[in-house]
Amino acid sequence: MIYREAGDFKTSYRDDGQTFPIRLDRWGYYALLGVAFLVVPFVIDSYWANAVLVPFLIYAIAAIGLNILTGYAGQVSLGTGGFMAVGAYSVYKLMTAFPGVPIFVHILLAGAITAVVGMLFGLPSLRIKGFYLAVATLAAQFFLVWLFNKVPWFYNYSASGQINAPERTVFGWAVTGPATSAPAKYLTCLVFAVVLAWIARNLTRGMVGRKWMAIRDMDIAAEIIGVNPLTAKLSAFAVSSFFVGIAGALLFSVYLGAAEASEAFGINKSFLVLFMIIIGGLGSIFGSFAGAAFLVLLPVLLKNLLVVRLGWPTDLAAHLELMIVGGLIIFFLIVEPHGLARLWRLTKEKLRLWPFPH
Amino acid sequence: MKLKLATVALGAILAAAPAMADLVVPNLSYRTGPYGANGTQYADGFNDYFTLLNERDGGIGGEKIQTPECETAYNTEKGVECYEATKGSGALVYNPLSTGITYQLIPKVSADKIVLYTPGYGRTSAKNGSVFEWVFNAPANYWDGASVAVKYLLDQSGGDLKGKKVALVYHNSAYGKEPIRTLQDLSKKHGFTLTELPIDPPGQEQKSQWLQIRRDKPDYVLMWGWGVMNQTAIQEAANIRFPMENFIGVWWSGSEVDVLPVGAAAHGYKSLTFNGVGTDYPVYADMKKFVIEPGKASQGGQFVGSALYSRGMYAAVVIAEAIKKAQELAGTPAINATQLRDGFEALGITPARLTEIGLPDFGPEIKMSCDNHGGSGMARIQQWDANAKKWSLITEFTEPDQEVLNPLIAADSEAFAKEFNITPRC
Repeated sequence: MIYREAGDFKTSYRDDGQTFPIRLDRWGYYALLGVAFLVVPFVIDSYWANAVLVPFLIYAIAAIGLNILTGYAGQVSLGTGGFMAVGAYSVYKLMTAFPGVPIFVHILLAGAITAVVGMLFGLPSLRIKGFYLAVATLAAQFFLVWLFNKVPWFYNYSASGQINAPERTVFGWAVTGPATSAPAKYLTCLVFAVVLAWIARNLTRGMVGRKWMAIRDMDIAAEIIGVNPLTAKLSAFAVSSFFVGIAGALLFSVYLGAAEASEAFGINKSFLVLFMIIIGGLGSIFGSFAGAAFLVLLPVLLKNLLVVRLGWPTDLAAHLELMIVGGLIIFFLIVEPHGLARLWRLTKEKLRLWPFPH
Repeated sequence: MKLKLATVALGAILAAAPAMADLVVPNLSYRTGPYGANGTQYADGFNDYFTLLNERDGGIGGEKIQTPECETAYNTEKGVECYEATKGSGALVYNPLSTGITYQLIPKVSADKIVLYTPGYGRTSAKNGSVFEWVFNAPANYWDGASVAVKYLLDQSGGDLKGKKVALVYHNSAYGKEPIRTLQDLSKKHGFTLTELPIDPPGQEQKSQWLQIRRDKPDYVLMWGWGVMNQTAIQEAANIRFPMENFIGVWWSGSEVDVLPVGAAAHGYKSLTFNGVGTDYPVYADMKKFVIEPGKASQGGQFVGSALYSRGMYAAVVIAEAIKKAQELAGTPAINATQLRDGFEALGITPARLTEIGLPDFGPEIKMSCDNHGGSGMARIQQWDANAKKWSLITEFTEPDQEVLNPLIAADSEAFAKEFNITPRC
């Protein structure tokens, strides 16, 4: 009844093409941004930041990155963990080599370095497709982790191969290092997540995104109508790796503060992010957020429910958690193979007709 | 309305545990995953000793001890979540049993002013208390272990290791890489050649490394392994018929779960240790009476007396003694984490005190101070008897080679102090 286009007149093509054409959606979006920027930083405590919101935002960035590559451009990648490691180790090297430069610059540079590495590993995509490309990116995953373990220069010759994030500030506020306050951590990740999601949304509905989707849907047809597969595929790899690199840099510098390549950026991480976009919905920015929320928040929620509220043994709860999350993944994929984003879209369509569906 | 209720419920569920009144010693354990078989025994020993103190003595100095458990699965992200979830409850000291999580927590506990006790694991240079104010790693650390192992090898080969070949099989992580620097220095000092063989975690796949060992024929193999990696390595060593008495693991590679799956072939395997094993200690009479028989033992007490159970219990003993010392110094039973740090720094556990607790000769003597957070570093060697299915201690407590270790510790802790702008306090 309220949720509908009627009465919301668009007088220009620009208005007509906007992301949220329905007024209620638009208001909801602004309200969400308002709460996220103006309310949450004042009420957030370190548990909410470190265990819930910061990982959620970081994984959302990584999921958007992978979604650009896999969801929009159709190139399957299992190298996400390795590319996140590139971001993390780049930011570490930059932070320790140039302590005077603002950390935001380092994080962006880390993304740029990852973009270059991603393009390099994206080269095989010009010759191979599908499962074969997945194997090539798997090689990137193992090679990069091996490299960061093997060459001591990457971890500044520390005895244990661990990298530690020293304290760096933005406008006098610590955003990395142990003294970082919860709002600073949260806001840093939020700024990156919002800006990157905005960029991704606008890229994917512009010419670049259309080229990616053309390649995804049928590469030969795309080539015939004039899409250059070389630039389309490599730009998808570059943009995707840029996002994933920033997620890795934030994961190491803001969230964890210390990391080692094989533990923090192993193959499990690649699968985790891939599951996020499959559950969230391929080719959807909202889906990236929904998938990240599902896989980051649900385990924490279940743990708190079973262990803290119900007092069950921790091992039993941990096993049940795996079973429940696994079961829910199967359930969602059976009910809606196109992910949470599709469920959300269906809900909105139903809402438009409500309460007179016929 | 429904949505609102759901939001409120969600908020309540996601929020951390409420504050508690007693002395809180969170147990960041892991009972699942590839390291679960080892972690679960350690956690049981840790829990049971505090249960014993609560049941028999009414806690420490009249204050009950709570050990809220949180499952980390040896995963650093879950470890951070557990730390954040429990630190608000007045946590005094953490013992995460993971070198990765320890590295994660060292800067955090220093900012939050909570003690981190990492017996036999964690960051070795945390021994230097003037840089690492909140971290303690007594009674021994990895470099002590490496040095004691090499001393034992020296003994075995008649005081001379020149021209001998030693291979190090290690978990390719911060944990496994820790001893490399020390072993390199020791190899220069004693003239043996060191081969480093990394094994990627979790470590079920190590055929190629053992093929290399079979080809190179090293005189001794040292192992820094954990979880499933241990039993796989011992099985592979048995497969290539490597003499078990020349195969020495660090203390984390010396528990029943590591050798039992290999059966008779594991006979003679050796490992370092810094605590006693088995139930032949007087404390187990009380343990049986107050904890096991009333059914209060963690997981029903199925692992009582095992190597890792004993080590978990030993960690609890040291923490309990430090709490007691802190209560004496502070003059109040309800201590906070800062007072506990003082208690740790003033801690001295003599053999007489260990006997009093009911654990004679269970661990080395511990004497800590402001600049020494690592104790004496003494360790001993135990050997597996596959027929009797038990570990037997084959050496006395041995001092590590401090002449080699001290410069390394100074260098590594200085690097950390520089990185984090810490001025040494004592």
